[in-house]
Amino acid sequence: MRHLLSTRDLDQESAVRLLDVAEDMADTQQREVKKLPTLRGKTVVNLFFEDSTRTRISFEAASKRLSADVINFSAKGSSVSKGESLKDTAQTLQAMGADAVVIRHPASGAPQTLATSGWIDAGILNAGDGTHEHPTQALLDAFTIRKRVHGIASRGRNLDGLSVTIVGDILHSRVARSNVWLLTTLGATVTLVAPPTLVPVDTRAWPVTISYDLDEALAAGPDVVMMLRIQGERMRDAFFPNSREYSRRWGLDDGRLHRLDPTTIVMHPGPMNRGLEISAAAADSPMSTVREQVTNGVSVRMAALYLLLSGDREN
Amino acid sequence: MTNTYLISGAALPDGTRTDIVLRDGVLAELGTGLSAAGAQRIDADGLVALPGLVDLHTHLREPGYEQSETVLTGTQAAAAGGFTAVFAMANTSPVADTAGVVEQELSLGEQAGYATVQPIGAVTVGLAGEQLAELGAMASSRARVRVFSDDGACVWDPVLMRRALEYVKSFDGVIAQHAQEPRLTVGAQMNEGAVSGELGLTGWPAVAEESIIARDVLLAEHVGSSLHICHVSTAGSVDVLRWAKARGIRVTAEVTPHHLLLDEELVRSFDARYKVNPPLRRREDVLALREALADGTIDIVATDHAPHPVENKDCEWDAAANGMVGLESALSVVHASVVQTGQLNWTDVARVLSSEPARIGRITSHGQGLVVGAPGHVTVYDPSASRAFGTADLAGKGVNSPYLGRTLPGRVIATFHSGFATVLDGQLRPADEVAGSAEQRMAARV
Repeated sequence: MRHLLSTRDLDQESAVRLLDVAEDMADTQQREVKKLPTLRGKTVVNLFFEDSTRTRISFEAASKRLSADVINFSAKGSSVSKGESLKDTAQTLQAMGADAVVIRHPASGAPQTLATSGWIDAGILNAGDGTHEHPTQALLDAFTIRKRVHGIASRGRNLDGLSVTIVGDILHSRVARSNVWLLTTLGATVTLVAPPTLVPVDTRAWPVTISYDLDEALAAGPDVVMMLRIQGERMRDAFFPNSREYSRRWGLDDGRLHRLDPTTIVMHPGPMNRGLEISAAAADSPMSTVREQVTNGVSVRMAALYLLLSGDREN
Repeated sequence: MTNTYLISGAALPDGTRTDIVLRDGVLAELGTGLSAAGAQRIDADGLVALPGLVDLHTHLREPGYEQSETVLTGTQAAAAGGFTAVFAMANTSPVADTAGVVEQELSLGEQAGYATVQPIGAVTVGLAGEQLAELGAMASSRARVRVFSDDGACVWDPVLMRRALEYVKSFDGVIAQHAQEPRLTVGAQMNEGAVSGELGLTGWPAVAEESIIARDVLLAEHVGSSLHICHVSTAGSVDVLRWAKARGIRVTAEVTPHHLLLDEELVRSFDARYKVNPPLRRREDVLALREALADGTIDIVATDHAPHPVENKDCEWDAAANGMVGLESALSVVHASVVQTGQLNWTDVARVLSSEPARIGRITSHGQGLVVGAPGHVTVYDPSASRAFGTADLAGKGVNSPYLGRTLPGRVIATFHSGFATVLDGQLRPADEVAGSAEQRMAARV
């Protein structure tokens, strides 16, 4: 794997392979000594142009457990306001000998620009770009679903026959986009539920069903319900009247939780707004995979870094 | 340096083969078997002679943004593309909102000599959309401004737009609107539709253009004034314009070469050379714009030539500046998008790139066509050529062309401005030679 920029251009075979490598990584994390020598001598730069403690420390843990040297480069604010361009930053990292760059950037497409610009030879790993994609989040979500459903028999499996309902701010969510492509590539059927204001205007090319009615979508009995973080400040742009109405119509509250089949998997990429898009009871219920998602995130990112940095680096 | 040129064996736009003699700044003779003593001869066998092209929408960047372009380099780009007149947009620094600035631009153009520079005046002071600029002073200045535009920004306030339309009636002016409803396009990065949804880029909906055009054609009708719409980019805008014209409203419209050829799928590369405002639209919009140009709903092609320094494009999409250079490639792109498809012939090209833009811009020294006695503005074009468009084809300062690496048809072989050559054998003439010719011509006129 040369870069990991999006899930849209992952085929099922490479996605399953990555999840299987993540299983191997997860196994090693059960040992007393969690650290592997695999990436000794490699330098991984965490290049974060946006605050994201969770994703950054997850990548940091993944790199360190593979014995890579980790450099954290946090460039808050846009490159323009900061006065150094993405190009100059990239060339600096190139001069320092970075082998992989994990980039989080507020501009959609910035990782792709980095990967195709010729500014830097390192493998580029997209850790979230604007409202475009967040591929490792989708991979850890798929890993978590597969693990819950297939347990120790997960290796080699796809997500055929599973139905996933993703609820919330689809328009601004890179997590939703990455999950739409990856989960459908893996064979799942995906339903998106959101207020119409928070769905892109033209989703005819998306392999999903769109619904504006959460109760109707939940009554269909999905295997997985994934709640997305909603930003309260969206109401200022009239996407919805206020957080109370949002919560009533599109939140996973206690009533909706109790109507779900108890085998339903409840997911959230975090950080959660308890009481807004997800009730405390839902977040803490045995159906919830919120903490597993965090654990699996490290394994999946180890797998991604491993595939990026070991073996051949062909396109 | 000769004052006389004999262009032999050229095809006029209607296909008639002729020789053309340019003497003392004017098109002196047309006909076959012409000879002219002391003339420099241009063998135009197999080439098309077009009236000098006129661009109603150019950003020359001077004064204020000379790192992007100057009047000299911008008009060199114009000459290289076969243009003999360019209308300079007002978003310079200082803004062209006073008689002083427009006269300065006019003078810089006269000194450079590569093309006639006709300044466009700002509609509002500082393009701020709050207070009318001194339209009358600009109209009465030596620059004789007739076209006013806040291009880059929309004259959004409906009262201000109405007043501007009314006010310019006193000197037969026209307001050229950059139709973009600002509230609907906050943070917009590309056309809103299937691709923007997928890429997670903030959308620029077609309705933001169409709603302003609809409002403004009705305002123009109400006050009985004339309106020009800059860079029309959507099929819906074409429908509104078609309706307005059928109703007899005095509205004209332009389309850019890039909106005739390129579509939003290119944005998937996140290559900022494709970032432009209004954005590249859907394929169906491209096809509707071609049809509208062919049936006259859209009157002209105008380049919206917008040079930027390299660093403003060599970056992530959100941070990149909007705009493309277009003067050098315009004729080839028109050739590829509407001539090769059979929708326009060379007579139509002469109309949409010369006579109509001159008429809309209210300049009489250009756009008269290739007739004896007309000023000597001639473009000689090789329609059978084909070239991989590259930076060597760019003559201005900007290299932000979306066509680099593409194969484009045709090539400008020679350009004559006021009877002297600005381009010969496909090469720009040197700046001192052109400036000298321009000075002689000015002196002869006095």
